Amino acid sequence: MNVGKVASGLFVPGFFCFVALSYRYGFTPGVRTAESALSFVKEMAGILPPAFVLVGLFEAWVKRETVEKHLGRGSGIRGYLWALVLAGSMVGGIYVALPLCYSLQKKGASLGVLFMFLNAAAVCRIPMTLFEMSFLGFRFTAVRYLVSLPLLALTAWLMDHYLTPKGYRIAEGTR
Amino acid sequence: MALAVSFAVDRAKTLKALAVGWKRFRRVLPMLVVLVMLTALVLGFISQEMIIAALSGAGFQAKAVGAAMLGSVTAIPGFVAFPLAGILVEQGVSYTVIASFTTTLMMVGFVSFPLERSFLGARVALVRNMAGFVIALAVAFAVGLAFGEFAA
Repeated sequence: MNVGKVASGLFVPGFFCFVALSYRYGFTPGVRTAESALSFVKEMAGILPPAFVLVGLFEAWVKRETVEKHLGRGSGIRGYLWALVLAGSMVGGIYVALPLCYSLQKKGASLGVLFMFLNAAAVCRIPMTLFEMSFLGFRFTAVRYLVSLPLLALTAWLMDHYLTPKGYRIAEGTR
Repeated sequence: MALAVSFAVDRAKTLKALAVGWKRFRRVLPMLVVLVMLTALVLGFISQEMIIAALSGAGFQAKAVGAAMLGSVTAIPGFVAFPLAGILVEQGVSYTVIASFTTTLMMVGFVSFPLERSFLGARVALVRNMAGFVIALAVAFAVGLAFGEFAA
């Protein structure tokens, strides 16, 4: 924990020093680093505010019973399917999915459903899929879905069965 | 829009929702900064030309595993990755290799590991990423079969 804190405490200023020096001496990879960081920040500025407003609204409005019933223990296959639908319609990357998992867990979603959601959020967000198909073709995407989704569900199910008896909980993030 | 409706229905609850949203955001922010910086460094040092050079050429079974490793350490957002994959197809890179590369890009992330660890713990984050790696190889193999690349 402490090691991590020190490392990230050095990493962030180190990054800025690196970028500044790269500009000063015209070091191309460094300049490129700064440019891509900037484009990410711009992209995230558009995604993050609405995404986290929705997370907040979800926690305030959605009833615990609703989540428990559809995504909780005993929701079975349907819970996994819901996870898939949620993941497909999600925006942003894992930096939105993880906080949302924490919120869902608080409302009583099962670990299996949460891991399914997390896995599926990586592989089958709809906008990304459409983009993929336009470059690599329908067959490529279809095969990828057919193979990865059952395996992801299996992984999620196994992790659920291994971790739930141990009282495992998803944490809230960095303090 | 949802926010406006929520405000109209229940003002206090909406303010609470905003506070909760802000709190969730604050808990991702530190590791998100690290994520952005690591991704930017990767994109800074590994150019598209390097990836194309690394993945094209003969010997695709070994390349598929190499591509999976490359996809794991790098993190390229979809809007850059898929046009790149399109270029790879035109260069004659096999679909097996491309599948292995793009799938690990999506599922396995060294750069997102600090963020995942802060929510899931190191062990679970590690297991999740390793499972993603194995699944990506399975996907690559299936894609290879579907495109008849193993016959050649």
